[in-house]
Amino acid sequence: MRHDHLITSKHLTREDIEAVLDRAAEIDADPDAVAGKHEGTILGLLFFEPSTRTKMSFETAMKRLGGDVVDMGSVESSSVKKGETLADTVRVIEGYADAIVVRHPSQGSAKMASEFVDVPLINAGDGAGHHPTQTLLDLYTIRENAGLDDLSIGIMGDLKYGRTVHSLAYALSNFDAHQHFVSPESLQLPREVVYDLHQEGASVREHESLEEVLASLDVLYVTRIQRERFPDENEYQRIAGEYQIDLETLEAASDDLTVMHPLPRVDEIAPEIDDTDHAAYFEQAHNGVPVRMALLDRLLEGGVSR
Amino acid sequence: MSDNHGHDDDHGHEPDHDHDQDHELRVSKIRNGTVIDHVRGGQALNVLAILGIDGSQDEEVSVGINVPSDRLARKDIVKVEGRELSQEEVDVLSLIAPDATINIVREYDVTSKHRVERPEEVEGVLTCPNATCITTENEPVTSRFDVLEDGVRCSYCETIVRDEIADLIDSR
Ligand SMILES: [Zn+2]
Repeated sequence: MRHDHLITSKHLTREDIEAVLDRAAEIDADPDAVAGKHEGTILGLLFFEPSTRTKMSFETAMKRLGGDVVDMGSVESSSVKKGETLADTVRVIEGYADAIVVRHPSQGSAKMASEFVDVPLINAGDGAGHHPTQTLLDLYTIRENAGLDDLSIGIMGDLKYGRTVHSLAYALSNFDAHQHFVSPESLQLPREVVYDLHQEGASVREHESLEEVLASLDVLYVTRIQRERFPDENEYQRIAGEYQIDLETLEAASDDLTVMHPLPRVDEIAPEIDDTDHAAYFEQAHNGVPVRMALLDRLLEGGVSR
Repeated sequence: MSDNHGHDDDHGHEPDHDHDQDHELRVSKIRNGTVIDHVRGGQALNVLAILGIDGSQDEEVSVGINVPSDRLARKDIVKVEGRELSQEEVDVLSLIAPDATINIVREYDVTSKHRVERPEEVEGVLTCPNATCITTENEPVTSRFDVLEDGVRCSYCETIVRDEIADLIDSR
């Protein structure tokens, strides 16, 4: 197996992460320096479930590097609909593209796909599993706003199914970060993830209420609680309401608190927060491009570990 | 070497002839094959599942379930005539019967006897219980589990299974 795939953030070292973030910062400061650097390079985009933003972010990154993308289109119109396996799909696209990005609803799909190809493969989300490029752009945003050392971060919302949360937690265990997980009991972090974080010696605490930790936080990372996780609409309303924030909530927070969200949001962050210095979520989304440029640049040069 | 009754006489334990002799006579001696002894009480049928034995072939098998034993209090014994186990079978066996001893019998004598060892990973024998795991779909991929101290973990979706490992055994 090649070591220039990016399947999970679990095996990324602090050095790996910092190298990508440093490169992203260079690109951010001077995008022209890499414009056209990868001319002629083709990136294959295989999105087996819709994610317009992540897909457009990769597309923009590749094009800014001078390359181009090929796209299998929607699942409905592709051979997947006819029952082609993921293993076959990636083996075909490998013949067209210099690197492949896969988003697939099944856990472990990117890892499996990477075992069938010799070009770099990037996991853009495998079910409730991992989403390592989101994590890199999250870390970039955190570093810009609060720094990654001696960080106190609250991660709130659906921690059970949120792959961005799992990936971020693994990556943060490389740093001197105190991680506070805030969620209703039914949406707590999977025990597997807690087990791993403890194995890594990460500082992890779980809470049911934001109040318990808000004042001590440098960063609050909010995720959406999905309606479909609850059989009962009233139950959803009751629980989701407890994990929404507005200006009043943030009165108890530090003035320097950075609020993040992987987007799209629904009503978990009140729009009135958008115009405050707390809001970093649009900046976070924009950071996806330089971070993915940095990552693609390194992968295409064969220089990144898993 | 001893005969193949499967006494608890290894690893420094006193043989408990009194009851074992008695009880194990219910499980007949075999001439050539394998005696899997010190299987945790109640796991014998899972051992058969691992070996792919369901009675439909003409293998001759004797099973003792919940036989008194001084080492395990209650143990199961499986004796399979005319069959020696593959390493893969022993590996999976070790997950549900970590104390098991494998006795190879030739002409009614135990010619070798060893404890099972837990492997680092097992491939292709267990099915992942996570319905959204890629290995449960129609993909050309073999299931693979890392063996933890207290369970197994899918190498693809990372689901950990601790207690119900036997439920994951592929019925072959
Ligand atoms: Zn699995």
